[in-house]
Amino acid sequence: MSTGTEAHAPTAGEYIVHHLTHLNSTGHAQTAIIDWSVWNLDTLFFSIGLGVVTLLILIKAANGATSGVPGRFQAAIEILVEMVADQAKGIVHSAESRKFVAPVALTVFFWIFLMNSMDFLPVDLLPRIGEMFGLHYMRVVPTADLNGTLGMSIGVLLICLYYNIKIKGFGGWIHELFTAPFGSHPLLYPINFLMQMIEFLAKTVSHGMRLFGNMYAGELVFMLIALMGGTATVFGFLGHIVAGSIWAVFHILIVALQAFIFMMLTLVYIGQAHESH
Amino acid sequence: MNLNATLVAQLVVFFILAWVTMKFVWPPIVKALDERAKKVADGLAAADKAKNDLALAEKKVVEELRKARESATDVRASAEKQAAVFLDEARAEAARIIAQAREAAEAEAGVAAQRAKEALRDQVAQLAVAGAEKILRKEINAQAHADLLANLKQELQ
Repeated sequence: MSTGTEAHAPTAGEYIVHHLTHLNSTGHAQTAIIDWSVWNLDTLFFSIGLGVVTLLILIKAANGATSGVPGRFQAAIEILVEMVADQAKGIVHSAESRKFVAPVALTVFFWIFLMNSMDFLPVDLLPRIGEMFGLHYMRVVPTADLNGTLGMSIGVLLICLYYNIKIKGFGGWIHELFTAPFGSHPLLYPINFLMQMIEFLAKTVSHGMRLFGNMYAGELVFMLIALMGGTATVFGFLGHIVAGSIWAVFHILIVALQAFIFMMLTLVYIGQAHESH
Repeated sequence: MNLNATLVAQLVVFFILAWVTMKFVWPPIVKALDERAKKVADGLAAADKAKNDLALAEKKVVEELRKARESATDVRASAEKQAAVFLDEARAEAARIIAQAREAAEAEAGVAAQRAKEALRDQVAQLAVAGAEKILRKEINAQAHADLLANLKQELQ
Protein backbone atom coordinates (compact mmCIF):
# COMPACT_ATOMS: atom_id res chain seq x y z
CA MET A 1 0.00 0.00 0.00
CA SER A 2 1.19 3.47 -0.62
CA THR A 3 2.70 4.91 2.49
CA GLY A 4 4.49 7.79 0.86
CA THR A 5 7.94 6.39 1.52
CA GLU A 6 8.26 4.90 -1.94
CA ALA A 7 9.62 6.85 -4.85
CA HIS A 8 6.20 6.96 -6.42
CA ALA A 9 2.87 5.58 -5.23
CA PRO A 10 1.64 2.68 -7.36
CA THR A 11 -1.48 3.25 -9.40
CA ALA A 12 -4.55 1.20 -8.55
CA GLY A 13 -3.79 -1.16 -11.45
CA GLU A 14 -0.19 -1.61 -10.41
CA TYR A 15 -1.23 -2.25 -6.82
CA ILE A 16 -3.70 -4.98 -7.80
CA VAL A 17 -1.33 -6.64 -10.27
CA HIS A 18 1.46 -6.54 -7.75
CA HIS A 19 -0.71 -8.19 -5.15
CA LEU A 20 -1.90 -10.88 -7.53
CA THR A 21 1.63 -11.91 -8.50
CA HIS A 22 3.00 -14.99 -6.83
CA LEU A 23 6.39 -15.22 -5.25
CA ASN A 24 7.72 -18.00 -7.49
CA SER A 25 11.01 -19.68 -8.10
CA THR A 26 11.80 -17.46 -11.10
CA GLY A 27 11.52 -14.21 -9.22
CA HIS A 28 9.18 -12.58 -11.76
CA ALA A 29 5.62 -13.16 -12.86
CA GLN A 30 5.02 -16.38 -14.76
CA THR A 31 4.26 -15.68 -18.42
CA ALA A 32 3.26 -19.09 -19.79
CA ILE A 33 -0.17 -20.42 -18.79
CA ILE A 34 1.39 -23.74 -17.84
CA ASP A 35 5.02 -24.04 -16.88
CA TRP A 36 6.02 -27.09 -14.86
CA SER A 37 9.43 -25.70 -14.00
CA VAL A 38 8.02 -22.93 -11.81
CA TRP A 39 7.15 -23.24 -8.14
CA ASN A 40 4.90 -20.79 -6.29
CA LEU A 41 6.94 -20.47 -3.14
CA ASP A 42 4.33 -18.43 -1.26
CA THR A 43 1.55 -20.96 -1.91
CA LEU A 44 3.84 -23.82 -0.95
CA PHE A 45 5.00 -22.10 2.22
CA PHE A 46 1.56 -21.17 3.47
CA SER A 47 -0.21 -24.37 2.44
CA ILE A 48 2.44 -26.64 3.93
CA GLY A 49 2.72 -24.42 6.99
CA LEU A 50 -1.02 -24.47 7.54
CA GLY A 51 -1.04 -28.21 6.81
CA VAL A 52 1.44 -28.64 9.65
CA VAL A 53 -0.71 -26.43 11.88
CA THR A 54 -3.74 -28.55 10.95
CA LEU A 55 -1.91 -31.71 11.90
CA LEU A 56 -0.58 -30.23 15.14
CA ILE A 57 -4.07 -29.18 16.20
CA LEU A 58 -5.60 -32.50 15.23
CA ILE A 59 -2.81 -34.54 16.83
CA LYS A 60 -3.13 -32.50 20.01
CA ALA A 61 -6.82 -33.35 20.02
CA ALA A 62 -6.04 -36.99 19.28
CA ASN A 63 -3.57 -37.19 22.17
CA GLY A 64 -6.04 -35.55 24.50
CA ALA A 65 -8.84 -37.86 23.40
CA THR A 66 -10.52 -39.35 26.42
CA SER A 67 -13.77 -41.12 27.02
CA GLY A 68 -14.19 -38.92 30.10
CA VAL A 69 -15.27 -35.30 30.23
CA PRO A 70 -13.65 -33.35 27.35
CA GLY A 71 -12.33 -29.82 27.63
CA ARG A 72 -13.53 -27.04 25.35
CA PHE A 73 -10.80 -27.50 22.76
CA GLN A 74 -11.34 -31.23 22.81
CA ALA A 75 -15.10 -30.82 22.43
CA ALA A 76 -14.70 -28.37 19.55
CA ILE A 77 -12.52 -30.78 17.58
CA GLU A 78 -14.83 -33.64 18.45
CA ILE A 79 -17.82 -31.73 17.11
CA LEU A 80 -15.97 -31.39 13.79
CA VAL A 81 -14.99 -35.04 13.80
CA GLU A 82 -18.56 -36.10 14.53
CA MET A 83 -19.88 -33.82 11.81
CA VAL A 84 -17.45 -35.27 9.26
CA ALA A 85 -18.07 -38.82 10.44
CA ASP A 86 -21.84 -38.38 10.15
CA GLN A 87 -21.58 -36.91 6.66
CA ALA A 88 -19.19 -39.66 5.59
CA LYS A 89 -21.53 -42.31 6.95
CA GLY A 90 -24.43 -40.87 4.99
CA ILE A 91 -22.55 -40.61 1.70
CA VAL A 92 -19.95 -43.39 1.58
CA HIS A 93 -21.63 -46.68 2.37
CA SER A 94 -18.53 -48.81 2.78
CA ALA A 95 -17.23 -48.91 6.35
CA GLU A 96 -13.86 -50.12 5.07
CA SER A 97 -13.52 -47.13 2.72
CA ARG A 98 -14.62 -44.72 5.44
CA LYS A 99 -11.51 -45.57 7.45
CA PHE A 100 -9.58 -43.59 4.85
CA VAL A 101 -12.23 -41.35 3.34
CA ALA A 102 -13.49 -39.80 6.56
CA PRO A 103 -10.00 -38.72 7.70
CA VAL A 104 -9.43 -37.30 4.21
CA ALA A 105 -12.61 -35.27 4.53
CA LEU A 106 -11.62 -34.04 8.01
CA THR A 107 -8.16 -33.03 6.81
CA VAL A 108 -9.57 -31.32 3.75
CA PHE A 109 -12.10 -29.37 5.79
CA PHE A 110 -9.67 -28.27 8.47
CA TRP A 111 -6.84 -27.48 6.10
CA ILE A 112 -8.97 -25.51 3.63
CA PHE A 113 -10.64 -23.68 6.50
CA LEU A 114 -7.26 -22.51 7.75
CA MET A 115 -5.99 -21.64 4.26
CA ASN A 116 -9.15 -19.67 3.50
CA SER A 117 -8.82 -17.92 6.85
CA MET A 118 -5.58 -16.30 5.65
CA ASP A 119 -7.94 -13.91 3.89
CA PHE A 120 -8.84 -12.38 7.25
CA LEU A 121 -5.34 -10.97 7.65
CA PRO A 122 -5.07 -7.45 6.31
CA VAL A 123 -4.17 -7.80 2.62
CA ASP A 124 -0.98 -5.80 3.02
CA LEU A 125 0.28 -7.17 6.32
CA LEU A 126 2.29 -10.22 5.28
CA PRO A 127 3.39 -8.86 1.86
CA ARG A 128 4.65 -5.76 3.65
CA ILE A 129 6.61 -7.83 6.16
CA GLY A 130 7.90 -9.92 3.24
CA GLU A 131 9.14 -6.78 1.52
CA MET A 132 11.23 -5.94 4.59
CA PHE A 133 13.02 -9.24 4.02
CA GLY A 134 13.45 -8.64 0.32
CA LEU A 135 10.48 -10.66 -0.96
CA HIS A 136 8.79 -8.48 -3.55
CA TYR A 137 5.76 -10.59 -4.20
CA MET A 138 3.59 -12.56 -1.83
CA ARG A 139 0.10 -14.03 -1.90
CA VAL A 140 -0.92 -15.39 1.43
CA VAL A 141 -4.09 -17.35 0.56
CA PRO A 142 -3.05 -20.74 -0.88
CA THR A 143 -6.63 -21.50 -1.91
CA ALA A 144 -6.68 -18.35 -4.05
CA ASP A 145 -4.02 -20.07 -6.17
CA LEU A 146 -5.43 -22.41 -8.81
CA ASN A 147 -2.46 -24.72 -8.30
CA GLY A 148 -3.46 -25.19 -4.69
CA THR A 149 -7.10 -25.99 -5.30
CA LEU A 150 -6.60 -28.06 -8.45
CA GLY A 151 -3.86 -29.99 -6.64
CA MET A 152 -6.38 -30.99 -4.04
CA SER A 153 -9.19 -31.72 -6.47
CA ILE A 154 -6.86 -33.91 -8.56
CA GLY A 155 -5.98 -35.69 -5.32
CA VAL A 156 -9.69 -36.37 -4.87
CA LEU A 157 -9.88 -37.57 -8.50
CA LEU A 158 -7.07 -40.05 -7.85
CA ILE A 159 -8.89 -41.35 -4.77
CA CYS A 160 -12.04 -41.72 -6.89
CA LEU A 161 -10.15 -43.68 -9.54
CA TYR A 162 -8.61 -45.88 -6.85
CA TYR A 163 -12.00 -46.75 -5.37
CA ASN A 164 -13.56 -47.24 -8.83
CA ILE A 165 -11.00 -49.92 -9.53
CA LYS A 166 -11.00 -51.34 -6.01
CA ILE A 167 -14.78 -51.70 -5.76
CA LYS A 168 -15.65 -52.68 -9.33
CA GLY A 169 -12.41 -54.35 -10.36
CA PHE A 170 -10.36 -53.01 -13.25
CA GLY A 171 -12.44 -54.87 -15.86
CA GLY A 172 -15.69 -53.83 -14.24
CA TRP A 173 -14.65 -50.21 -14.22
CA ILE A 174 -13.56 -50.26 -17.89
CA HIS A 175 -16.86 -51.94 -18.71
CA GLU A 176 -18.73 -49.20 -16.90
CA LEU A 177 -16.74 -46.51 -18.71
CA PHE A 178 -18.12 -47.77 -22.01
CA THR A 179 -21.62 -48.89 -21.08
CA ALA A 180 -22.82 -46.18 -18.67
CA PRO A 181 -24.73 -43.91 -18.65
CA PHE A 182 -26.58 -44.62 -21.94
CA GLY A 183 -26.51 -48.41 -22.04
CA SER A 184 -24.64 -51.34 -23.49
CA HIS A 185 -24.62 -51.09 -27.28
CA PRO A 186 -21.53 -50.99 -29.53
CA LEU A 187 -22.79 -47.79 -31.13
CA LEU A 188 -23.10 -46.13 -27.73
CA TYR A 189 -19.62 -47.11 -26.49
CA PRO A 190 -17.82 -43.99 -27.76
CA ILE A 191 -20.57 -41.68 -26.56
CA ASN A 192 -20.58 -43.30 -23.12
CA PHE A 193 -16.81 -43.09 -22.89
CA LEU A 194 -16.84 -39.46 -23.93
CA MET A 195 -19.52 -38.67 -21.35
CA GLN A 196 -17.54 -40.39 -18.62
CA MET A 197 -14.38 -38.49 -19.50
CA ILE A 198 -16.26 -35.20 -19.55
CA GLU A 199 -17.81 -36.09 -16.22
CA PHE A 200 -14.45 -36.78 -14.57
CA LEU A 201 -12.94 -33.65 -16.06
CA ALA A 202 -15.90 -31.45 -15.13
CA LYS A 203 -16.04 -32.79 -11.58
CA THR A 204 -12.36 -32.25 -10.94
CA VAL A 205 -12.07 -28.86 -12.62
CA SER A 206 -15.27 -27.48 -11.07
CA HIS A 207 -14.22 -28.87 -7.69
CA GLY A 208 -10.95 -26.98 -7.75
CA MET A 209 -12.24 -23.94 -9.62
CA ARG A 210 -15.15 -23.34 -7.25
CA LEU A 211 -12.91 -22.93 -4.23
CA PHE A 212 -10.31 -20.98 -6.19
CA GLY A 213 -12.91 -18.63 -7.66
CA ASN A 214 -14.49 -17.84 -4.33
CA MET A 215 -11.25 -17.18 -2.54
CA TYR A 216 -9.70 -15.28 -5.44
CA ALA A 217 -12.74 -13.05 -5.67
CA GLY A 218 -12.78 -12.55 -1.91
CA GLU A 219 -9.11 -11.55 -1.95
CA LEU A 220 -9.70 -9.19 -4.84
CA VAL A 221 -12.56 -7.45 -3.07
CA PHE A 222 -10.38 -6.99 0.03
CA MET A 223 -7.75 -5.37 -2.23
CA LEU A 224 -10.33 -3.04 -3.78
CA ILE A 225 -11.52 -2.05 -0.32
CA ALA A 226 -7.92 -1.45 0.72
CA LEU A 227 -7.50 0.73 -2.37
CA MET A 228 -10.45 2.81 -1.28
CA GLY A 229 -8.78 3.36 2.11
CA GLY A 230 -5.56 4.09 0.24
CA THR A 231 -7.04 7.27 -1.23
CA ALA A 232 -6.52 8.74 2.26
CA THR A 233 -9.67 10.84 2.03
CA VAL A 234 -12.45 10.96 4.61
CA PHE A 235 -14.75 9.15 2.22
CA GLY A 236 -12.12 6.51 1.49
CA PHE A 237 -11.29 6.01 5.13
CA LEU A 238 -14.93 5.62 6.23
CA GLY A 239 -15.65 3.50 3.16
CA HIS A 240 -12.72 1.26 3.99
CA ILE A 241 -13.97 0.74 7.53
CA VAL A 242 -17.60 0.13 6.60
CA ALA A 243 -17.02 -1.99 3.48
CA GLY A 244 -14.08 -3.78 5.04
CA SER A 245 -16.12 -4.74 8.11
CA ILE A 246 -19.09 -5.92 6.06
CA TRP A 247 -16.98 -7.92 3.65
CA ALA A 248 -14.87 -9.46 6.44
CA VAL A 249 -17.98 -10.58 8.30
CA PHE A 250 -19.51 -11.92 5.12
CA HIS A 251 -16.24 -13.62 4.29
CA ILE A 252 -16.39 -15.63 7.52
CA LEU A 253 -19.39 -17.34 6.00
CA ILE A 254 -17.64 -17.89 2.68
CA VAL A 255 -14.50 -19.28 4.31
CA ALA A 256 -16.43 -21.86 6.34
CA LEU A 257 -18.92 -22.57 3.58
CA GLN A 258 -16.32 -23.17 0.88
CA ALA A 259 -14.33 -25.44 3.16
CA PHE A 260 -17.52 -27.36 3.91
CA ILE A 261 -18.53 -27.54 0.25
CA PHE A 262 -15.11 -28.82 -0.78
CA MET A 263 -15.30 -31.47 1.92
CA MET A 264 -18.84 -32.50 0.97
CA LEU A 265 -17.99 -32.76 -2.72
CA THR A 266 -14.94 -34.83 -1.84
CA LEU A 267 -17.25 -37.25 -0.03
CA VAL A 268 -19.87 -37.17 -2.78
CA TYR A 269 -17.39 -37.89 -5.56
CA ILE A 270 -15.77 -40.70 -3.61
CA GLY A 271 -19.22 -42.01 -2.75
CA GLN A 272 -20.13 -42.03 -6.45
CA ALA A 273 -17.02 -44.07 -7.17
CA HIS A 274 -18.54 -46.78 -4.95
CA GLU A 275 -21.79 -46.99 -6.87
CA SER A 276 -22.16 -49.00 -10.01
CA HIS A 277 -24.49 -47.87 -12.74
CA MET B 1 -3.89 -18.08 -12.46
CA ASN B 2 -1.12 -19.95 -14.18
CA LEU B 3 -0.48 -23.60 -13.59
CA ASN B 4 2.89 -24.84 -12.52
CA ALA B 5 4.67 -27.42 -10.40
CA THR B 6 3.02 -26.06 -7.28
CA LEU B 7 0.03 -28.17 -8.26
CA VAL B 8 2.02 -31.40 -7.98
CA ALA B 9 3.47 -30.34 -4.65
CA GLN B 10 0.00 -29.52 -3.36
CA LEU B 11 -1.19 -32.94 -4.52
CA VAL B 12 1.59 -34.65 -2.58
CA VAL B 13 0.99 -32.53 0.51
CA PHE B 14 -2.70 -33.38 0.29
CA PHE B 15 -1.99 -37.11 0.48
CA ILE B 16 0.59 -36.75 3.23
CA LEU B 17 -1.85 -34.78 5.39
CA ALA B 18 -4.64 -37.24 4.68
CA TRP B 19 -2.40 -40.19 5.53
CA VAL B 20 -1.20 -38.67 8.81
CA THR B 21 -4.76 -37.85 9.79
CA MET B 22 -5.90 -41.37 8.96
CA LYS B 23 -3.01 -42.90 10.89
CA PHE B 24 -2.68 -40.74 14.00
CA VAL B 25 -5.69 -38.46 14.36
CA TRP B 26 -8.88 -40.19 13.33
CA PRO B 27 -8.63 -43.54 15.20
CA PRO B 28 -7.97 -42.22 18.74
CA ILE B 29 -10.61 -39.50 18.51
CA VAL B 30 -13.28 -41.81 17.09
CA LYS B 31 -12.36 -44.47 19.64
CA ALA B 32 -12.71 -41.97 22.48
CA LEU B 33 -16.04 -40.78 21.08
CA ASP B 34 -17.37 -44.33 20.84
CA GLU B 35 -16.17 -45.13 24.33
CA ARG B 36 -17.78 -42.01 25.71
CA ALA B 37 -21.02 -42.80 23.92
CA LYS B 38 -20.95 -46.25 25.50
CA LYS B 39 -20.19 -44.77 28.91
CA VAL B 40 -23.07 -42.34 28.62
CA ALA B 41 -25.39 -45.12 27.50
CA ASP B 42 -24.25 -47.29 30.41
CA GLY B 43 -24.71 -44.39 32.80
CA LEU B 44 -28.22 -43.76 31.55
CA ALA B 45 -29.07 -47.44 31.87
CA ALA B 46 -27.67 -47.52 35.42
CA ALA B 47 -29.68 -44.42 36.30
CA ASP B 48 -32.82 -46.08 34.96
CA LYS B 49 -32.11 -49.20 36.95
CA ALA B 50 -31.47 -47.19 40.12
CA LYS B 51 -34.77 -45.36 39.56
CA ASN B 52 -36.62 -48.66 39.28
CA ASP B 53 -34.87 -50.02 42.37
CA LEU B 54 -35.82 -46.91 44.28
CA ALA B 55 -39.46 -47.24 43.25
CA LEU B 56 -39.44 -50.88 44.33
CA ALA B 57 -37.81 -50.03 47.65
CA GLU B 58 -40.36 -47.29 48.26
CA LYS B 59 -43.18 -49.69 47.57
CA LYS B 60 -41.61 -52.17 49.98
CA VAL B 61 -41.25 -49.50 52.65
CA VAL B 62 -44.92 -48.56 52.33
CA GLU B 63 -45.88 -52.22 52.59
CA GLU B 64 -43.70 -52.73 55.67
CA LEU B 65 -45.11 -49.61 57.29
CA ARG B 66 -48.65 -50.84 56.66
CA LYS B 67 -47.79 -54.22 58.20
CA ALA B 68 -46.17 -52.61 61.22
CA ARG B 69 -49.15 -50.35 61.72
CA GLU B 70 -51.52 -53.30 61.53
CA SER B 71 -49.59 -55.37 64.03
CA ALA B 72 -49.33 -52.38 66.35
CA THR B 73 -53.11 -52.03 66.22
CA ASP B 74 -53.48 -55.72 67.04
CA VAL B 75 -51.10 -55.47 69.94
CA ARG B 76 -52.89 -52.46 71.30
CA ALA B 77 -56.30 -54.10 71.03
CA SER B 78 -55.20 -57.25 72.82
CA ALA B 79 -53.45 -55.17 75.49
CA GLU B 80 -56.61 -53.19 76.06
CA LYS B 81 -58.66 -56.36 76.30
CA GLN B 82 -56.23 -57.82 78.80
CA ALA B 83 -56.21 -54.61 80.78
CA ALA B 84 -59.99 -54.68 80.92
CA VAL B 85 -59.88 -58.26 82.20
CA PHE B 86 -57.33 -57.31 84.86
CA LEU B 87 -59.44 -54.32 85.86
CA ASP B 88 -62.56 -56.45 86.19
CA GLU B 89 -60.72 -59.02 88.27
CA ALA B 90 -59.28 -56.34 90.51
CA ARG B 91 -62.66 -54.73 90.91
CA ALA B 92 -64.25 -58.05 91.88
CA GLU B 93 -61.46 -58.77 94.36
CA ALA B 94 -61.88 -55.34 95.90
CA ALA B 95 -65.61 -55.83 96.23
CA ARG B 96 -65.08 -59.19 97.87
CA ILE B 97 -62.55 -57.76 100.35
CA ILE B 98 -64.88 -54.90 101.22
CA ALA B 99 -67.80 -57.27 101.79
CA GLN B 100 -65.66 -59.47 103.97
CA ALA B 101 -64.46 -56.54 105.99
CA ARG B 102 -67.98 -55.27 106.42
CA GLU B 103 -69.19 -58.69 107.54
CA ALA B 104 -66.40 -59.00 110.07
CA ALA B 105 -67.08 -55.49 111.36
CA GLU B 106 -70.77 -56.19 111.66
CA ALA B 107 -70.15 -59.44 113.53
CA GLU B 108 -67.79 -57.71 115.89
CA ALA B 109 -70.23 -54.90 116.42
CA GLY B 110 -73.01 -57.44 117.19
CA VAL B 111 -70.88 -59.20 119.80
CA ALA B 112 -69.93 -55.89 121.37
CA ALA B 113 -73.56 -54.81 121.48
CA GLN B 114 -74.58 -58.07 123.11
CA ARG B 115 -71.88 -57.72 125.66
CA ALA B 116 -72.85 -54.14 126.42
CA LYS B 117 -76.52 -55.15 126.72
CA GLU B 118 -75.69 -57.85 129.24
CA ALA B 119 -73.53 -55.50 131.24
CA LEU B 120 -76.30 -52.91 131.19
CA ARG B 121 -78.83 -55.53 132.26
CA ASP B 122 -76.66 -56.52 135.21
CA GLN B 123 -76.20 -52.94 136.21
CA VAL B 124 -79.94 -52.22 135.87
CA ALA B 125 -80.80 -55.29 138.01
CA GLN B 126 -78.31 -54.24 140.66
CA LEU B 127 -79.64 -50.69 140.55
CA ALA B 128 -83.18 -51.96 140.85
CA VAL B 129 -82.26 -54.26 143.70
CA ALA B 130 -80.33 -51.49 145.37
CA GLY B 131 -83.23 -49.11 144.92
CA ALA B 132 -85.70 -51.68 146.14
CA GLU B 133 -83.43 -52.51 149.09
CA LYS B 134 -83.35 -48.87 150.06
CA ILE B 135 -87.15 -48.63 149.77
CA LEU B 136 -87.93 -51.95 151.39
CA ARG B 137 -85.15 -52.11 153.99
CA LYS B 138 -87.28 -51.16 156.69
CA GLU B 139 -90.30 -53.30 156.03
CA ILE B 140 -89.13 -56.27 153.99
CA ASN B 141 -86.91 -59.07 154.99
CA ALA B 142 -84.41 -59.69 152.31
CA GLN B 143 -84.58 -63.33 153.02
CA ALA B 144 -88.36 -63.48 152.84
CA HIS B 145 -88.47 -61.71 149.57
CA ALA B 146 -85.51 -63.43 147.93
CA ASP B 147 -87.78 -65.37 145.66
CA LEU B 148 -89.43 -62.24 144.51
CA LEU B 149 -86.11 -60.60 143.75
CA ALA B 150 -84.86 -63.58 141.92
CA ASN B 151 -87.98 -63.54 139.80
CA LEU B 152 -87.50 -59.89 139.04
CA LYS B 153 -83.94 -60.50 138.07
CA GLN B 154 -85.03 -63.31 135.86
CA GLU B 155 -87.55 -61.11 134.10
CA LEU B 156 -85.00 -58.39 133.43
CA GLN B 157 -82.78 -60.72 131.60
